[in-house]
Amino acid sequence: MTTTTTTITQEEQNNKHVTNDQTQQEIDQTAKMQAINVNVWFGQKHVLKSVNLTVKPNTVTAIIGPSGCGKSTFLRCFNRMHELAPNAKMTGKILLDCEDIYERKIDPVQIRRRVGMVFQKPNPFPTMSIYDNVAAGLKLTGTKNGKHLDDIVKRSLEQATLWDEVHEDLKKPGTSISGGQQQRLCIARAIALQPEVILMDEPCSALDPIATAKIEKLIIELKRNYAVVIVTHNMQQASRISDYTAFMYMGELIEFGETRQLFENPKVKLTENYITGAFG
Amino acid sequence: MKSPNKQQQIQKTTKSKVTGDNIFKILTTIIATSALIILLITGYTLVKGSIPVVQNFGVNFFFGQQWNPVEGREIYGILPYILGTLTTSGVALLIGVPLSLGIAIFLVEMAPKSLRVPISYIIELLAAVPSVIYGLWGLRVLRGWMVTYIETPLSKYLGWIPIFSGNPQGLDIFTAGVILAIMIIPTIASLSKEVLTAVPNSIREGAYSIGATKWEVTKRWVLSYGKSGIFAAIILGLGRAIGETMAVTMLIGNATGPSAMPTSLFQSGQTMASLIANGFTEATAGSLKYSTYLGVGLTLLIMSLVINVGAHLIMTRVFKVKGGAIEQ
Ligand SMILES: Nc1ncnc2c1ncn2[C@@H]1O[C@H](COP(=O)(O)OP(=O)(O)OP(=O)(O)O)[C@@H](O)[C@H]1O
Ligand SMILES: [Mg+2]
Repeated sequence: MTTTTTTITQEEQNNKHVTNDQTQQEIDQTAKMQAINVNVWFGQKHVLKSVNLTVKPNTVTAIIGPSGCGKSTFLRCFNRMHELAPNAKMTGKILLDCEDIYERKIDPVQIRRRVGMVFQKPNPFPTMSIYDNVAAGLKLTGTKNGKHLDDIVKRSLEQATLWDEVHEDLKKPGTSISGGQQQRLCIARAIALQPEVILMDEPCSALDPIATAKIEKLIIELKRNYAVVIVTHNMQQASRISDYTAFMYMGELIEFGETRQLFENPKVKLTENYITGAFG
Repeated sequence: MKSPNKQQQIQKTTKSKVTGDNIFKILTTIIATSALIILLITGYTLVKGSIPVVQNFGVNFFFGQQWNPVEGREIYGILPYILGTLTTSGVALLIGVPLSLGIAIFLVEMAPKSLRVPISYIIELLAAVPSVIYGLWGLRVLRGWMVTYIETPLSKYLGWIPIFSGNPQGLDIFTAGVILAIMIIPTIASLSKEVLTAVPNSIREGAYSIGATKWEVTKRWVLSYGKSGIFAAIILGLGRAIGETMAVTMLIGNATGPSAMPTSLFQSGQTMASLIANGFTEATAGSLKYSTYLGVGLTLLIMSLVINVGAHLIMTRVFKVKGGAIEQ
């Protein structure tokens, strides 16, 4: 008896999901990126459950939620980085300019050039100079050393507000600078490829408050040229820098909306509990 | 007034720590010194023992090719064996290094865990096989393969190139080099595997995130990061190849005199190690021949030391002084 009831509930839930998906499955022409009905498994573990999200151009979208709820996993779907995990499986669509980046004909390498990424722990390349850290991506596509490359490196470092601090040390290893500078170097490295979207996974969690403030300012600057998606544990940070916020919980997207509205007037009880610190 | 107090305190704390460290320091110093002393005693014995032969033949001992043990007309030149050692080791590295790196890269960057663990284990097991067993296998199996599948076709079609000339019999420099390659693969592959495993994943992810392909990540990031470690692994393999005795003795054909000059790969040769293994026990203590073997031993020891010291210098000067920044 009990089993039957469970099955029914399960089915009902599934139905609910389906209807839910159908309402959201329309392609949003104004979105820079759009996740449609994304599910991810690691082995048997169902980590993301039918997640939908739109990322508008020239905005900062924050993803918040308790540890282990799938924020990083979700973010890594946007540039196909999750494919590097050997046991990961995904269904659903991620659109970039209304085109599914998981289509068979599409090369993940191309996607990663268009959708840059900054990681939680600054990870500049230790075997490369500061200059080469920024230039590495362009060198992969055959850009040769020279004035053109110098210009791009300079512009990227300037945009990452790092140029003034390192322009005399461009030959030094990328790991020879402070943590905050390293993180801005990583941002410069992503910018150098002139991507369309920049994904950031808790980019400030390894940094002190001053370095954090610099990066936050930088993120707001970046929005002029790129769409930014940022995962953060810090709700003040999310409310300070983002235009839209998504709240995730146990692999589901609970609420998504304008940051102001979500923080001041959440529609879902769970969101309210989370942002008021009732659990976490 | 305050600062001296503070300093004293600091000194006190460091002092108590230093005593703890001291015991460890003394122990390690003793061990390190005794290793050095053993090396020095060995060196001294070899130097002392080889004085007669060097006095007798001068530089011709090192640069001569003749080998005549007939009493009264004795003449000993060891150039063929020095070159034999270098050639067989060179062949071993040429074949062994790419294979070892290929294995290491495959295991770390490509193979699923279900393959990685058993293959790594088998490779490490190969390092434990006694060299005489490699020699036996070489005689019974490898020699035949070499003659049939490699040496005969090579000499048939490329025989006009000096190093492939001659009539392949299988007991030659090439076969010895191949068995050495097989013997150094476990060393180089398993050490390189450790080196590649130690490359932080964050580096790979960073590289992927700027649109590098798997091959580019391996070549430009992983191998570049592991460069010095891989270099060290190769030097260890080279050390093993230079000193390896038993398997080489069984397969190299053991030529002496000018015919042992490694002019062709398909020719019997001799390495310094195999020369000593073949003849030392038959030489009477105090004879010129006896002194010759000690001289060969000394040369081999010096060669090994030079390679190790040289490698050390390269590691510190080339790989480290630049602070890890390697221009691409
Ligand atoms: N490579 C992997 N293999 C197996 N399980 C994984 C893998 N990566 C993540 N997971 C699991 O997926 C779930 C979501 O992980 P994820 O890293 O996305 O969480 P998160 O929200 O980013 O957490 P945090 O805030 O702690 O970074 C976790 O339960 C985690 O254990
Ligand atoms: Mg995370």
